[in-house]
Amino acid sequence: MTKTGSRIGPKTWLLIAALISFGISLFEKRIDPYFHDIIISIGINIILGVGLNLVNGYTGQFSLGHAGFMAVGAYVFAAITAFIGPGAIAALGGGTLAGLSLYVVALLAGGLGAGLVGLMVGVPSLRLKGDYLAIVTLGFGEIIRVVIQNADAIGGPRGFSVTHLLGAYFFPTFLCAALCVYVVVLLVHSTYGRGFLTVADDEVAAEAMGINTTKYKVIAFVIAAFFAGIAGGLYTNFKEYIHPEGFNFLRSVDIVVIVILGGMGNTPGVIAAAVLLTILPEGLRYVAGWDFLSPQMQQIAGNRMLLYSILLIILMLTRPQGLFTRRSRLRKSL
Amino acid sequence: MKKLLEIDQCTVQFGGLKAVSDLDFSIHENELIGLIGPNGAGKTTVFNLITGVYRPTTGDIRFEGASVVGRPPYRITARGIARTFQNIRLFSSMTVFDNVRAACNMHLHHGISHALWRGAAFEREEKEVNRTVSELLEIFHLQHLREAPSTGLPYGDQRRLEIVRALATRPKLLLLDEPAAGMNPTEKDELMRLIRFTQEKFGLAVLLVEHDMKVVMGICQRIAVLDYGIKIAEGTPQEVRSNPKVIEAYLGDTDA
Repeated sequence: MTKTGSRIGPKTWLLIAALISFGISLFEKRIDPYFHDIIISIGINIILGVGLNLVNGYTGQFSLGHAGFMAVGAYVFAAITAFIGPGAIAALGGGTLAGLSLYVVALLAGGLGAGLVGLMVGVPSLRLKGDYLAIVTLGFGEIIRVVIQNADAIGGPRGFSVTHLLGAYFFPTFLCAALCVYVVVLLVHSTYGRGFLTVADDEVAAEAMGINTTKYKVIAFVIAAFFAGIAGGLYTNFKEYIHPEGFNFLRSVDIVVIVILGGMGNTPGVIAAAVLLTILPEGLRYVAGWDFLSPQMQQIAGNRMLLYSILLIILMLTRPQGLFTRRSRLRKSL
Repeated sequence: MKKLLEIDQCTVQFGGLKAVSDLDFSIHENELIGLIGPNGAGKTTVFNLITGVYRPTTGDIRFEGASVVGRPPYRITARGIARTFQNIRLFSSMTVFDNVRAACNMHLHHGISHALWRGAAFEREEKEVNRTVSELLEIFHLQHLREAPSTGLPYGDQRRLEIVRALATRPKLLLLDEPAAGMNPTEKDELMRLIRFTQEKFGLAVLLVEHDMKVVMGICQRIAVLDYGIKIAEGTPQEVRSNPKVIEAYLGDTDA
């Protein structure tokens, strides 16, 4: 039984998304670098948001350390690129195919590494509820960041510079985004996946109906961590420079805001929120340059971060259920 | 008749308070048993004991001969014990249909990889689940409401849905926690018919906690009475009704 009820099954949709991404990516080199940056960031934020939505939205948990998993993926990818990279590519005979193979391996390794860390963090923590889980995940996110900061071999506080393994950014990013959405949506809408929602709604009732709530929480956590790791690898390949401060608590909050604004457990909403919240800070930069506005207005728009924060506060006060949720339903755990 | 559930000298102690003291209680296959007692007697504690929410401080609980003490609630449900709740606990974000569907999780063969690949095996099992859920909803006259949000239903329908959801786990023993609470006399009559029907159709044993004496005396084959965590009487409705200890527990001493 397909969710959409249309003739086109989900696997076909995935293929269509992949083909469209590939088609667009052929024009990648012609896009202005500034817009290109924003577009890739949108893709990465979609992966982060949709992944975290599985944990915070569908399963009703409160994870505040998602950037930590992105960091694990980013640094695993960077380490493989820097330390094994040249040797491996040479061993594989050089050329683009070798680079591509190593890229895929490094990306997957980043994802799996993050997933593994997610398992190690999740199993002891996920017995906790609400605020306690939030603090513990925040703590783990910070631990990961500080460990990296003190690891001199991967740059520590100086950050880590690598050369990209693959010169294509658009296609891998949006292919991974499509895969992430595919996995989360398909999983949640199966009968097996309904289990995640029961954990969010009423854990006691869920257990009474035979659902192992801890197992579902851990599974959601690990899947989200895996995709965050992939996002980290994609980010590293694109930016060619990573720094522990880029994966701090504020980054985790950014991702949580995307999930909340999109509507917890509303995947299309979260995707839209990821797009909106990536564009918004940059968009305000533009508004500051509009000459037809008075100098005072321009100045206010120039204080992008202040305006951005005020907008978020207003949104939370007026529409806490998220921008895109049709039925108003507030999460009890928050 | 075969013994299904056996509570063996169980005590549940919270600090200095003994919620349940040295309880000996058995339920056999296909029995409809009532558990009554004044408020605070320990009836819901017994439910929580059986379903694994509480662990007995001393004593043992056996289901089909095997001990269930220390098992997490979802494993006890897997053994064949399902329950409803005093305050209705439906899955509020899901439709009527999905509430029952979620309870089918226990018996699923497919897992994550199947859900993602969506091959023939997955589709077959999903169809099977759909059929099972639809049948259950049909039997209990909820099929026409299948797409409605579960919390939007009238109170009586919500109670019925909770029972249907519990049945989806294919239990051998069904625990009903004050199912008649908040119902008017007509609804209570309907409930009594429903419980008897459910028991016969699905071949279950039913343990009923209830305050309404008409309901309890009307359908239960055997009744146990708790007071301050101690079983003070057990027997047929006639025996219990005329037991002086029971009367005293509910009405107090005449010399008060």
